[in-house]
Amino acid sequence: MKIHNGYNVGLDVGTIESIAELGRNEAHYKIPEKEFPYDPSKPNVRLFGTGGTIASRLDYRTGAVIPAFSPGELYGSVPELADICNLKTEKLYGVFSENMGPEQWKGTAEAIGRAIADGVDGIVIGHGTDTMHHTAAVLSFMVQDTPVPVVMVGSQRSSDRPSSDAAINLMNATYAAAESDIAEVMVCMFGPTSDQYGLLHRGTRVRKMHSSYRSTFRTIGDIPLAMVEKGHITPLKTDYRKRRTDRHVKINTAFDSSVSIVYYYPDMKPDIIESLIDNGYKGIIIAGTGLGHVNKPLYPVLKKACDQGVHVYMTVQTLWGYVQMFVYDTGRDIMDLGVIPASNMLPEVAYMKLCWALGQSHDREEVKKIMLTPIAGEITEREPHNGYLILQGGIPEVEEFIRSHKR
Amino acid sequence: MIKRMEEMTTSDYEAIGLRSGLEIHQQIDTRKKLFCRCPVLPYSDEYDAQILRHMRPTLSELGEYDGTALMEFKTKKNITYQINKDTICTYEIDDTPPFELNPQALDIALEITMLLNCKLVSEIHIQRKQYLDGSIPAGFQRTTILGVDGWIPFKNRRINIIQLGLEEDACREVSDTGHERVYLTDRLGIPLIETVTAPEMTTPRDVAEVARILSDLVRASGKVRRGIGAARQDVNVSVTGGCRVEIKGVSRIPAIPLLVHNEAFRQVFLLEIKKELSRRGITDSTFSSECFDVTDELSGTVYSPAAAALKKGFELRAVLLRGYVGLLSTVTQPGCTFAGEISDRVRVIACLDTLPNIVNDGEEGYSFSVSEWETVKKKTGAETGDAVVVVWGSVEDLDMATGEIATRAREAIYGVCSETRQSYSDGTNGFERILPGPNRMYPDTDLQPIAITEKMIERIESDLPERPWERMERYITVGVPAESARQMSISYMRFVYDEAVKKCLYSPRILMHFFLSTLNHLKNSGNVSEIPDETLIEVLSAASRRNLPVEAAAYILEKTCGNGNAEIESVITDLTIPDRKDIEDTAVRIMEILDPFDTGLMERFLIGRIKDRFKGMPGGREVLEVVRNTIFTEFADSSSRQIQRR
Repeated sequence: MKIHNGYNVGLDVGTIESIAELGRNEAHYKIPEKEFPYDPSKPNVRLFGTGGTIASRLDYRTGAVIPAFSPGELYGSVPELADICNLKTEKLYGVFSENMGPEQWKGTAEAIGRAIADGVDGIVIGHGTDTMHHTAAVLSFMVQDTPVPVVMVGSQRSSDRPSSDAAINLMNATYAAAESDIAEVMVCMFGPTSDQYGLLHRGTRVRKMHSSYRSTFRTIGDIPLAMVEKGHITPLKTDYRKRRTDRHVKINTAFDSSVSIVYYYPDMKPDIIESLIDNGYKGIIIAGTGLGHVNKPLYPVLKKACDQGVHVYMTVQTLWGYVQMFVYDTGRDIMDLGVIPASNMLPEVAYMKLCWALGQSHDREEVKKIMLTPIAGEITEREPHNGYLILQGGIPEVEEFIRSHKR
Repeated sequence: MIKRMEEMTTSDYEAIGLRSGLEIHQQIDTRKKLFCRCPVLPYSDEYDAQILRHMRPTLSELGEYDGTALMEFKTKKNITYQINKDTICTYEIDDTPPFELNPQALDIALEITMLLNCKLVSEIHIQRKQYLDGSIPAGFQRTTILGVDGWIPFKNRRINIIQLGLEEDACREVSDTGHERVYLTDRLGIPLIETVTAPEMTTPRDVAEVARILSDLVRASGKVRRGIGAARQDVNVSVTGGCRVEIKGVSRIPAIPLLVHNEAFRQVFLLEIKKELSRRGITDSTFSSECFDVTDELSGTVYSPAAAALKKGFELRAVLLRGYVGLLSTVTQPGCTFAGEISDRVRVIACLDTLPNIVNDGEEGYSFSVSEWETVKKKTGAETGDAVVVVWGSVEDLDMATGEIATRAREAIYGVCSETRQSYSDGTNGFERILPGPNRMYPDTDLQPIAITEKMIERIESDLPERPWERMERYITVGVPAESARQMSISYMRFVYDEAVKKCLYSPRILMHFFLSTLNHLKNSGNVSEIPDETLIEVLSAASRRNLPVEAAAYILEKTCGNGNAEIESVITDLTIPDRKDIEDTAVRIMEILDPFDTGLMERFLIGRIKDRFKGMPGGREVLEVVRNTIFTEFADSSSRQIQRR
């Protein structure tokens, strides 16, 4: 029961003696809508919605999520967007990010192609954060040579809280889409936990690294593409693809989902791999230990898989670093079984790429060529020393840095 | 004119219709915080890191935005939190969802809910209460109601308790200048209970007394935090025709009466302004104000606040308020006029916090020159009945400022505004924010409701301590004077006292005097270190069983708990109890060296000396009897009659 001061309390129904209606106050749970202004001098941005918590509200009656999504609603809740661009929105899906799948990925890639053909200056994709990096990876393969920025964005702390990161993320992403010179598939989310700047991460190198922190997205094995604040973009890398005025984009939505990721653990039994073969899986991405290893009892079944035409690739569960299977004999043995090292592709990225490759061919050599030819930065030639930086709390110099570097 | 509080009678307050209620916030004593496992440690202003947040309003469950939230959003503050790694985890900075509600906190809060005779809810629902001022990094406080409709006794009637809530404490403000606000997070997340009384107090003094009773009650549970900032009162005040205004964060109970008094009269004066506006025919629809850029007109001013602003590149605006002549000078509080109310809004909402931030044409004292005012009035087209307010600040803040000036002036048409006001140490108050309403509440979707089971209720009820007023009543029934009974009912010694009453043969009244007076003297004398409760009971019991006067117990305690560390039994064995003859002889001997004219002094002196002589052993009552009946009768003069009358 909601009481006069806005609090809710729970009453045991057995204790209610009578109910009387004293008046009515109807709730209209709706984000105030205002017409999104049009300014011919501003860039045109298309916002695709897939679901997730960015600019959404809970419907307390049904528990469902009401996305704030029409331009009017977005303008009502984040009026600053009108200073950045002319916004058109298109709702593609309304799903939590864990429910995104091949159908949604293909549909999104095709929608991007249509928007580019329409002449937009940039694209923003609202997405739940849990699998945002999976979608970013697959879109990086499905959408090639985009002439405009494609920026994925979400909200880590739901937009039903005053301190939410949603509005700032949305502003940063929209600004990056409208103004940035980087024509790639990117993720735009909080840099630090503070409301300071967002980071633009390359779609194939980004990963969600904390279950709830605002600054959960990190570029792994490299540095982010750029920092973004309202009205300002600071590039951190120079080797990105530049914005173009043409409308040539290749959309390739090939996808075969008969692939699995096997997260190796010590004492893993062969039956795990056996069951994948039996169930008709065509590709396996192993997240191996260290430089890319699994235990000896798995060798026969891995050989069987490769012999039967399953495409098996090795990545590392350390996330940072390259697969290097020559260092130890065991690595060479595993390669002899037919397992192919996938360089420094992140396991989830390798998974997406193998699905995409198998959608195009099942020929072992052809698939291998697609897998090992970098398309969107998923494999890099080198890892800069600052591509692996996890400050260790507690160490005096780190504490000193945090204390002195305000916010 | 403002009547001083000392001159006011109960019926004076009745005439203006004063009504006041309290919201008492009291931290409870748990090891860990309410929604995370951070330890509760003493306050400290040391911090290891700072984070920055901005707040945006969110919709309530009923689809409304809260007015306060929108106001705070207007201020566009950068909010910095100073965080200490020992007391703050990722929960408090809202980077991690809540953990389950601290069960120890729930138990304590339920106990106090029951002590207040509240009806318990069947299920607690955690709510989010929006705070856009940034006092909580999430932008909301997690809060829940445990009980409603309680009461406490007060002067032969009951003061009703509207509700008791359990919530997490907020940050402490370090500074707030311009668009930068800084908070220290050292008390953030500590569990606290909020007790809300009905607005049933009708004099300022009653408000303080009720606050004292509630404070005594929660302290009686022995499970609340003590010390600076552990308890804070919000005081709600209204008068007939006015409306509820909340004075926030009063940490000292003695400060309450003057705050209530001044607020009551502030409302009375605002109602006078309302009446005057109505007389002048100014209504919401006829209200007229206009804003003018007067930077050029006043560019050469020597009026220093404006000149300093111009030097910084700021601009000046004049706001014309049609028909408002003279009203801005109406006194609202001691040392404050209605113009001060307007200045407050400009300071808080437009963040123009270098004071003075406005000046008006009716202001006495330091201001623009007469000719400068003439220029301004000409530019604005002001006529004799109008008022003009000039404000200065950065161009970005001035739109907000001029808007707020007009808004506050217009609100005067309605008399009193529902506001949250901050208390000042001189007993006056200032604007803090619009009073938030139910629209700032919405359910916390991160946590499940928690059922208050019969089992929980039984467990807590079986351990429920006696309420102070019940204890006091019990003492009075067995013959203890009311004031002593009150004192003991909230003393930490009350359990030992009860035990002593059970175990010794002295009367409750004699023991009460011993506990409240003799024992304190002994403790303060420096002759004893620490008196364990068990020793105290043992000594009192032994002394009473041997028919010793209660003062003997003090002597025994001094010997056993002092430097000597003597055995109780051996001290008692060594005691010589003087007979009546010894006392009389001693008294007479002392009398011989005394001035016989000051009998009061003589009496006290005699008693002291006699007791000294017998190591405090004869009871005070017995010595007094000897002194009065035996000794003084020998000095049969007028003064002795006086003594006997006493």
